Amino acid sequence: MSSHAHAPQKPLGIDPPGTVHVTHDHHELGFLRKYIFSVDHKVIGLQFLFTGLVMLLLGGLMAMAIRWQLAYPWTEMPLLGRILFPETGGVATPEGYTMLFTMHGTLMIFFVVIPLLTGTFGNYLIPLMIGAPDMAFPKLNMLGYWFWWPGILCVFIAFGAEGGGPAAGWTAYPPLSTIEAAAPGSNWGQNWMLISLTFVGVSSMMGAVNYVTTIVKMRAPGMTLFRMPLSIWGLLIAALLQLFALPVLTAATFMQLFDRLFDAGFFTPTGVVINNVSPESLGNAAGGHPLLWQHLFWFYAHPAVYILVLPSMGFASDILAVHGRKPIFGYKPMCYSMAGIAGLGFIVWGHHMFQSGMNPSVGLVFMTATIMIALPSAVKVFNWLGTLWGARIQLTTAMLFAISFVSMFIIGGLSGIWMASTPVDIYIHDTYIVVAHFHYVVFAGSMMGIFAAIHHWFPKMFGRLMNETLGKVHFVGTFILINGVFYMMHQVGLAGLMRRTADPYAYETYAHLQPVNQFISLCAFGLLAWQVFFVINFFGSMIWGQRTGRNPWKGTTLEWEAPSPPGHGNFDKQLAVYQGPYEYGVPGAAEDYVMQTQRQAT
Amino acid sequence: MNALKHFLFRALVALLFLAVPVFGVWTWVKAPEWGLWFPENVSSYGDGIDSLFMLILWMVTVTFIGTEVLLVWFVWRYSKKDPTRAVYSHGNHTLEMVWSAIPAVLLIIVAISQMKAWTTVKIDFPDDGPYTVEKPMMEVYASQFDWRVRYPDASGNFTGTDVVEVPYDITVPVNTKVVFHLKSRDVLHSFFVPKFRLKQDAVPGMVIPVWFEAEEVGSYDLICAELCGWGHYKMAGKIHVLAQDEYERWLAEKRKALYATE
Repeated sequence: MSSHAHAPQKPLGIDPPGTVHVTHDHHELGFLRKYIFSVDHKVIGLQFLFTGLVMLLLGGLMAMAIRWQLAYPWTEMPLLGRILFPETGGVATPEGYTMLFTMHGTLMIFFVVIPLLTGTFGNYLIPLMIGAPDMAFPKLNMLGYWFWWPGILCVFIAFGAEGGGPAAGWTAYPPLSTIEAAAPGSNWGQNWMLISLTFVGVSSMMGAVNYVTTIVKMRAPGMTLFRMPLSIWGLLIAALLQLFALPVLTAATFMQLFDRLFDAGFFTPTGVVINNVSPESLGNAAGGHPLLWQHLFWFYAHPAVYILVLPSMGFASDILAVHGRKPIFGYKPMCYSMAGIAGLGFIVWGHHMFQSGMNPSVGLVFMTATIMIALPSAVKVFNWLGTLWGARIQLTTAMLFAISFVSMFIIGGLSGIWMASTPVDIYIHDTYIVVAHFHYVVFAGSMMGIFAAIHHWFPKMFGRLMNETLGKVHFVGTFILINGVFYMMHQVGLAGLMRRTADPYAYETYAHLQPVNQFISLCAFGLLAWQVFFVINFFGSMIWGQRTGRNPWKGTTLEWEAPSPPGHGNFDKQLAVYQGPYEYGVPGAAEDYVMQTQRQAT
Repeated sequence: MNALKHFLFRALVALLFLAVPVFGVWTWVKAPEWGLWFPENVSSYGDGIDSLFMLILWMVTVTFIGTEVLLVWFVWRYSKKDPTRAVYSHGNHTLEMVWSAIPAVLLIIVAISQMKAWTTVKIDFPDDGPYTVEKPMMEVYASQFDWRVRYPDASGNFTGTDVVEVPYDITVPVNTKVVFHLKSRDVLHSFFVPKFRLKQDAVPGMVIPVWFEAEEVGSYDLICAELCGWGHYKMAGKIHVLAQDEYERWLAEKRKALYATE
């Protein structure tokens, strides 16, 4: 039947904007082409999802090891200890501890949250929500996923490298990261990590090029920019951030690699003596500056923080509207505020460097820019609240996670004002207040958004609903425990506790903090254990979940026009868009919502 | 039955979200009692930093309670089973203007209110005391994993035989504007004295001026606050603040010891 050889539908960037390919042909592709080396954006999205969730588990286990050490320092770590520290009988070593938090941060940022948000949902949702049959560059898309794997491979090699895994923090500040004698992990471990980040960067870049091109060129007829769902806006702005910021990181990692492999000395100042050896006496170049790395790194890594949250903001907005049966309050302010966050995001990197030795006068400029980021963030919160006002809230699991995203983002956003304020930052810089702040944004915030998105779009991905009871049990426990883990970190930080300290209780200042840390750790162990409900629900529902049609949530946006799961080419009918994305509760309409493709509102 | 189940679940959800502001505020109220508060301040500029922290704390607490309580109320109120449709509203221009303008003004006030304290600690160094940026009281060297302090000879030189060098312990006089040079021999470190509210990274290749004025005699933890390697957690030092005359006696003894014969 399918032996005739006409070329498969290939969406190209040269298509006129909004071209829709209606496909009825079914090519029987082999298993490899269909599920492994697939060019279908949906399969690639799912590949990112599964890989990202596995990496989440690994990063989570490292967090458990960190929390064990902080609760019960230098005692035998149950279960994990034998794997991580076999030579000491399961007791953490100081250098092992520095490797743990380095790898935890690296994994969670580059291998979990960014790939889950942009890799998974960027891939899965963009063509479906704008009415395109696939990405603009499907092969590049596939390559993007497969460039991620050498990255994963290198990071694992780094962990087992001679001298130990990288141990200079995920921020990899030189000279600690560049000079072998400075730290046990600054041997090949650090090289492999830099190589890994390069692969991940290339992978993200391929994704970002694809997302932007697809959104700009391949929207269905009538899908104007301001008819796009906010998820797409979030993903578009995140992709633009990646496009502009990633080259800087790639350049910086290459410079650090050159420092390490060829003694280029970009970041090595003159006159350094490490372990009684001066690099210059070995004939290595010097005369560089350690702060150069910090500028380059944070020029990427601060926008990256917004890559970690903007898509989640979009998902939460969409889910609040669908499950609240109400239009988004202030759609355009929502778009502008995301753009504002992203724009300001490029001129605030210096707030990571207030105490770094950077000219303190520059700090005042960075402070003002950073504080102003609270403005678009506040506008978003107010508009989410405006959306909930007068809604008809359906308390589905997806909705609960979306509401909790808002609730948690409020905390993470507000605590940011302390970090931005230069004098307050003198005291709280690198304390647990900072740890609380970014975990509230990235974990309690973004991860809640990811859970919401998984529950919301699962029926589209697999044609089945996730179990609501299991979902709610998962939600309630996760919500309580996540706050148990991160809330008290604020006060622990106020008491002065430093991050990245293997055994804080040796200091008089911190000796009384151990009981609180034990409470936090117990909540963390509980939080990880509780995720078993998610795992059961996620995999169980794929097999036993209730079958569902195209539009289980009565959403208005285009992805709900496609079959669940959508076939190759996504849509089985010609699409044209006449409505904005949030026509819910429409008075006089036959139902309480009007699809974007419906010509008339009433 | 179903209605009761729905009511109970709504109540559970509302309580869950209500717990955020309730416990959120409660832990801050209880924190001082639990010892989870600023350690006491003994420096001249520390109170200024603490009060700026408190200013922001009050502002964010009001915003936090306001937004979280509204969220709880909306979730409770609008999750009722209701056959009517949601309010068909795409937003309100006036409201957007109001809730953009008010935070904008408040945030600019916050930004401006911070500037003086920052300038005091990091930009405007004392020039009226015995020590200045050009004529510092001491040099502090950080290296893996210790602190070293060097006191110059009587004419202010850091070279020569009269220079006193002490590991781990930094001794300074009370009620004196101590200006010193912070250096690193190897990697990044950070000079953090919680009770002074002072933190400054030490960067190899840079000489960074730092100042403080301790107002109480005592010994205080000096902590390395920038990851500096496997021994980072134990890079501890102490700052001993002595009365002026005791400090001078201490330094004189140290100098004499330089020439003591075994």
